[in-house]
Amino acid sequence: MLIKRASDIASSEITPENLYHNRREFIKTASAVLGIAAAGAIVPACTNSAVSGMTQSKPKGKYDTDEKPTPYEDVTHYNNYYEFGIDKADPAANSGKFKPTPWTVSVEGMVKKPASYSLDDLLKGLTPEERVYRMRCVEAWSMVIPWTGVPLAALIARLEPTPAAKYVEFKTIMRPDEMPGQRPSVFGSGLHWPYTEGLRMDEAMNPLALLVTGVYGKPALAQNGAPIRLVTPWKYGFKGVKSIVKIRFTDKQPLTAWNEAAPQEYGFFANVNPQVDHPRWSQASERRIGEFYKRRTLMFNGYAEQVAQMYSGMDLRKSY
Amino acid sequence: MPKFNRWWISKPAVFVVCLVPMVWLVWDTFAGNLSANPIEDIRNRTGIWTLRFLMITLSVTPLRRIIGWPSLIRFRRMLGLFAFFYAFVHFITYIWLDQAFAWDEIVKDMISKRPFILSGVASFVLLIPLAITSTKKWIGRLGGKRWQMIHRLIYLSAVVGVLHYYWRVKLDIARPLAYGAVLAVLLGLRLTVAAVYDRRPVGAHRAPLQ
Repeated sequence: MLIKRASDIASSEITPENLYHNRREFIKTASAVLGIAAAGAIVPACTNSAVSGMTQSKPKGKYDTDEKPTPYEDVTHYNNYYEFGIDKADPAANSGKFKPTPWTVSVEGMVKKPASYSLDDLLKGLTPEERVYRMRCVEAWSMVIPWTGVPLAALIARLEPTPAAKYVEFKTIMRPDEMPGQRPSVFGSGLHWPYTEGLRMDEAMNPLALLVTGVYGKPALAQNGAPIRLVTPWKYGFKGVKSIVKIRFTDKQPLTAWNEAAPQEYGFFANVNPQVDHPRWSQASERRIGEFYKRRTLMFNGYAEQVAQMYSGMDLRKSY
Repeated sequence: MPKFNRWWISKPAVFVVCLVPMVWLVWDTFAGNLSANPIEDIRNRTGIWTLRFLMITLSVTPLRRIIGWPSLIRFRRMLGLFAFFYAFVHFITYIWLDQAFAWDEIVKDMISKRPFILSGVASFVLLIPLAITSTKKWIGRLGGKRWQMIHRLIYLSAVVGVLHYYWRVKLDIARPLAYGAVLAVLLGLRLTVAAVYDRRPVGAHRAPLQ
């Protein structure tokens, strides 16, 4: 596996005392706010000072943000992964039976090397990188996560799609026995399984697009999309399809899960855009997990420099 | 039939039970038991308890008739005021913890084609006159009939509140629909009972319908 060994991880990155830090920060701020409620005043936004230093041991990469990473505990216990249930705590609680090994990924469609690959074979020879990215959920919260993965572009170059291929489609594994959210239920997510996502070919080739196998230098846990998932930090989190078993090259725009379920609310592109609101709530600001006050959402989640040119000339109100 | 009016303890007991969700939430908040997004948890939990207390309040009258415990009326005002209390905490959570008094954002949230926020605000605002006029004094001041008419606003508040919940979720609409179904039964029972009583001859016993 192309996942960093534990010995590669600076001990500062996994210090347990950091884990509950942001909860304590919230309590501290909440107490302060409540304490001075009578005065009608508000305390200044909290500063998560104690979480600093997590990735300081590594030189900052070209695409890394230097914002403080969200604590590992929160990255692994506050998740949207509806295959394991619709509440944020469900993926961590309900993924115990999920088996990420052995794993096979089927490469299909307009590609010179269609085949079923074991995960090791699929990623063999590709160099994993750590990238500290912002992650903005369509529900208006965000995190900063140190991912480990390989650039999607490197894998695609090796698979050699034909010139006719205009899109890449990804599918999550279908395993109702291990993924309770995939079983028929009245109180379900409303999505169709298996979860489908897709990118336009130029988006897939963008250097920011990452196929992730690790979080915080450790193998990704089931709730984070083990053993392999997509991360596209300029798009809303739901584009990051998890536990991928199928990669298909096609000339037609894939019908993606959320777009299929509610086309008026979730588009194919799903680029982070503070100027284009969700029909029911604002996308102008977000709550960074661990912070008390909301912050402004940035165009393309702060990655405009890397991605804006792909969408020049497009009406982003229509192609949301 | 339990004679609630004879048990002095019953009202304080119900009061304490109604406070449990709030105490539990405060405990979880300060013990660090909430999720990584505590403000969202506080919002969700106060919201759902508002709906629950609205439903409980609306079930008093049908229960009195169906299971024949007229003395349940004793608790109705308190239950309604608890619905208002949880709605108030929910509303303040949104204005204060969530939006930090950013009025421009709040106004934008309400007017820019977002029935989600507007319905929540409407559901809360509709309860304010009911909370104010919940005293015996106000019944006297307004007269029973007018007072009763005003207090039927709780039907509207509950309907708009369930809609607010429906608009809040993404695609997982089963839970809001379940609340909608319970509300439909509670309101439907009133229509049926009203129809039955209306067919009775004038002068037949008719308890006030709330």
